[in-house]
Amino acid sequence: MVATDPTTQRTEANQHTQPEVLTGAQIVCRAIEAEGVSTVFGYPGGAVIPLYDAIPEANLHHVLTRFEQWSGMAAIGYARATGKVGCCIATSGPGATNLVTALADAMLDSVPIVAITGQVIEPLIGRDGFQEVDITGITLPVTKHNYIVHDVNEIASTIKEAFYLARSGRPGPVLVDIPKNIFQAKTEYIPAKLTPRKSYQPTTIPNMRQVRLAADAIAQAKRPLIMAGHGVILSNAEDEFTEFVEKTGIPTIFTLLGLGAMDELHPLAIGMMGMHGHRRANRALDECDLLINFGARFDDRATGKLSGFAPNAKVIHVDIDPAEIGKNVQTAVPVVGDVKEVLKLLTPEVQAGDHTSWRNWIEGQHNRVLRAALEDRPDWPEPYAIIKEIADVTNHDAIVTTDVGQHQMWAAQHLGVKHGKRWITSGGLGTMGFGLPSAIGAKMGRPDLEVWTIVGDGGFQMSGTELATSVQEGLDINIAIINNGYLGMVRQWQDLFHARNYSEVAISGPDFVKLAEAYGATGIRVTTDAEIRPAIEKARSIKGPVLIDFVVEPEANVYPMVAPGAANSQMIEGNGE
Amino acid sequence: MESQHTLVLLVEDHPGVLNRVVSLMRRRSFNIDSITVGHSEQPNVSRMTIQLRGEAEDIEQAGKQLYKLLEVIKVIDLQPSEAMIRELVLVKVAAKGAIRAEVVQTASIYGARVLDATPNSVMIEMAGTEEEIESFLTMMRVYGIREMVRSGKVALPRTLSKKTDSQTRHMNPLAAD
Repeated sequence: MVATDPTTQRTEANQHTQPEVLTGAQIVCRAIEAEGVSTVFGYPGGAVIPLYDAIPEANLHHVLTRFEQWSGMAAIGYARATGKVGCCIATSGPGATNLVTALADAMLDSVPIVAITGQVIEPLIGRDGFQEVDITGITLPVTKHNYIVHDVNEIASTIKEAFYLARSGRPGPVLVDIPKNIFQAKTEYIPAKLTPRKSYQPTTIPNMRQVRLAADAIAQAKRPLIMAGHGVILSNAEDEFTEFVEKTGIPTIFTLLGLGAMDELHPLAIGMMGMHGHRRANRALDECDLLINFGARFDDRATGKLSGFAPNAKVIHVDIDPAEIGKNVQTAVPVVGDVKEVLKLLTPEVQAGDHTSWRNWIEGQHNRVLRAALEDRPDWPEPYAIIKEIADVTNHDAIVTTDVGQHQMWAAQHLGVKHGKRWITSGGLGTMGFGLPSAIGAKMGRPDLEVWTIVGDGGFQMSGTELATSVQEGLDINIAIINNGYLGMVRQWQDLFHARNYSEVAISGPDFVKLAEAYGATGIRVTTDAEIRPAIEKARSIKGPVLIDFVVEPEANVYPMVAPGAANSQMIEGNGE
Repeated sequence: MESQHTLVLLVEDHPGVLNRVVSLMRRRSFNIDSITVGHSEQPNVSRMTIQLRGEAEDIEQAGKQLYKLLEVIKVIDLQPSEAMIRELVLVKVAAKGAIRAEVVQTASIYGARVLDATPNSVMIEMAGTEEEIESFLTMMRVYGIREMVRSGKVALPRTLSKKTDSQTRHMNPLAAD
């Protein structure tokens, strides 16, 4: 037994002076292990058969998803839950193209993942070989960088650099394409060391002059407002950020991906900004005279119409990516650097301010009543009530991933996210189907935490096949389907902006409870509000994946809402007032 | 205000770098007027000269985005007053009999060089600024341009690189600090 243990073999090998001769495939596994990654998500196929030959003997837990795109999303979920680099594998051709959406998702949300794809053997490249696509060409605009490896001696160094690029600076997806014959070629394995490149030197430590300018602006502001983006979470700066907010006493709002930058239940946390943001957050943006942005890229869903965005505010923008400064919003004080490094220098430079009257004003701008009960069905499970119950029962400690659409916005509004790495949602790309596979990735990365995914009935039908993966891996994942029988967010837009022309949004589905059972999971159906909490409690007590089909009112809308192209100050506040 | 800019890029000499640069410019809707690529004075470093038109903020954004490409080492927005910006043109002009001498004489006014001749045409090479080339071509059109190729712009700052560092605008906002 000992001899077959790869760890033991390795230790013995290291004692010899002669390096081991390994195949390219074995080197790929060694190089991934060397990055501290123990879980990979993938799907085998022709060009990666040699790689899969090496995986059983490697110290890697391979999770077989049912579709390559969901391998990518699982890698994203893993990365976002752990702060480590997620890794996924796909074969050439269709396997590789199926990863494209996941790479784009990671690109737009700055998530560190490395994708390994197989390529046809080198003599076939450029000859339209079976399952050949130019994946490095295809993924050029949706990766931070990509590689094709033409020499087995370059595998280790390429993978080393790929992981470094993925996690350093502004994180992002990196793809490494490896022809089948390179997987099969053999060479002496020498663990790679990172060779610095003069063309890649991300600025993490900010310029002190800019930090002081920011501190001066903060000292002079009468109605300052902090906005937190994903950058706070990506730089693991949640504690430093909370300390800064508490020291300055400045009210704080969040982008969709910034939720969890500090505990949303903190008295200085105002809520989410933007299209479906909290009323107070958007009103505060309108009134503030200084906006301090930590690690957000001023996405259009967060800013609304740019000309009406924070119209009275001077802007301080902290970002690790200089290209984000001034891209969308004119910035008075740019601070280029890693949020954590910036806060280390900025917090000692700022003083506690008295913002009582400003905070009281914001408090007064609270959200109106969410929604009146419907007269004909007063016992409908209200979507936001489901979210609140999940948050309450789990004490806000569970990792919650979402799909994309109405349920996502309800979740963002009502969860009360305590910790950024427990809130995983597809923001920039808005990828439907994201919920379940990202939950699988999150659970693989954080088996110690409870994991929920809140999905719609539309998005779940895109990736519901991953129930099989969840069952195969024996994962305790709780799936809450907010089932309204519609592609709800599109229906809402048609309702509000297209004269209720409900074109192709009514969507049928299977009996989700039976579907769960067919996969070997547990299914629970909830049709009244009284059943919400017991169902959530029951799901938590059952081992393995549990699906709750919450049958909700078909035509509930998400409010408040800023109409597309409108300013954040122009919120539609719905019919519940 | 929209104006013409000359970006000089020093890039690692790898396969696919040109593709990355051009793909980025297309994706972010920057319009390239001309682009040239060739070796620089440093081994394994290529030099690209990109002419593009845009508002100052757009050019700034283009430079910052280009910096994000792994193989891009340096981006310089070259100020026309501080640089020599040149282009090469080859033209094949219809020139039979007596006209031939006239064509050659006109070309010589511009310091252009006759490269080749056939019974019906002459091929002329000229290098210069955009204005000089346009002026030259206006004259050649009188005789009839049968075929033409322009190289795209190449540019070098006038002063030694150490000095140009302080004069030309490096697009990396950090370089200014």
